[in-house]
Amino acid sequence: MDAKELIARRVALELRDNTLVNLGIGLPTLVARYVPAGLTVAFQSENGIIGFGAPPPEGMEDPNLTDAGGGFISALPGAVSFDSAFSFMLIRGGHLDMTVLGGLQVDAQGRLANWMVPGKLVPGMGGAMDLVAGARRVIVAMQHLARGESKIVQELTLPATAARPVTLVVTDLAVLEPTPGGLLLRERAPGVTVAAVIAATAAELIVPNAVPEMSLAA
Amino acid sequence: MQRRAITAAQAAARIPDGASVMFGGFMAVGSPERIIDALVARGARGLTIIGNDTARPGLGVGKLIDAGCVAKAMVSHIGTNPVTQRKMMAGELEVELVPQGTLAERIRAGGAGLGGVLTPTGLGTVVQDGKRVIEVQGRPFLLEEPITADVAIIHAHEADYNGNLTYRLTAMNFNPVIALAARCVIAEANEIVPVGVIPPDHVRTPGILVHHLVERPR
Repeated sequence: MDAKELIARRVALELRDNTLVNLGIGLPTLVARYVPAGLTVAFQSENGIIGFGAPPPEGMEDPNLTDAGGGFISALPGAVSFDSAFSFMLIRGGHLDMTVLGGLQVDAQGRLANWMVPGKLVPGMGGAMDLVAGARRVIVAMQHLARGESKIVQELTLPATAARPVTLVVTDLAVLEPTPGGLLLRERAPGVTVAAVIAATAAELIVPNAVPEMSLAA
Repeated sequence: MQRRAITAAQAAARIPDGASVMFGGFMAVGSPERIIDALVARGARGLTIIGNDTARPGLGVGKLIDAGCVAKAMVSHIGTNPVTQRKMMAGELEVELVPQGTLAERIRAGGAGLGGVLTPTGLGTVVQDGKRVIEVQGRPFLLEEPITADVAIIHAHEADYNGNLTYRLTAMNFNPVIALAARCVIAEANEIVPVGVIPPDHVRTPGILVHHLVERPR
């Protein structure tokens, strides 16, 4: 199992029954593959649909049916479409149970940076600022390290996506929960020691006596 | 009021150099490609484009960026268009990044006669710079001002000769909201049907808002 699959399968355990969920582009999209059996989860794509499914077979794509990355999707029975203003009313208005977003950095206060690297890469925030400001739960799904550097830092050095702390950070090494006292080490990845998580983290962690191994969705 | 459809070239001639142009489309899905092609063909210059993203090179408003028609882009995302990034870094193109939900609401406010919107999105980020923070019911919000434009260019699924418009699935996105926020609204549709064919409940944009209809492809 590669790092991305591990992260997606851990994040999938955060899904709740009968909820509306928005998955960001890239790694977060993988979470849809691991919805635990028996749960009904409606996925929103911010370009204007609730209830989309996997890409259709080649040759059966609809040019008017795409996800936020512009990729072809299908609409499940019961799907609904809407305009951009309504889409963000759902997001900002407290109607979205959970969003899963990629990250460039998360700091000790639980703040996320995921929309630009000044002078190098300026993709823009797209819907990320609205999602972090508005979703009831914000899950960051990202690799713990980038080119050997920790993406968990004491203080953001990249522009923040929101002042609001995220709910949970799931990486290929650990599950971290921002709390008023700091970042709590909740779980470690299978086969990863607490010492290894601490060594790969550039922020102070609150480490309980027992840190269980993370469970993974099938 | 019934009106004759005009050609895409006639539509482009109604969009002067230097105009501000709101456009429909999310990664070019729901973008009026024929009007965009005609703007490129007439060599439009100095446009300010306002919409979700700059798509990809050769696609949607990406074609306007390629052809040097654009002086400024007010969008939420440019990450999929390396030409936008390169022209921005070279100082040939001004880019103002606006969170996606905030962009939709600022346009909606412009079209709805409102003096702005109060949103939690962008609080504590660079988006807050230079803006007023207003507390309502004990919570802070950013005051975001309305946006209007000289022209809106719309892509619809069906139109009738009254200008009534319908949309399909995720090709709806920003199209309905920009129809209210520009002084001149030009729509191109996949099909133009006789008045009375579209059931009133299916019309998303009333024809009273649409000034010009572009001929359907022959």
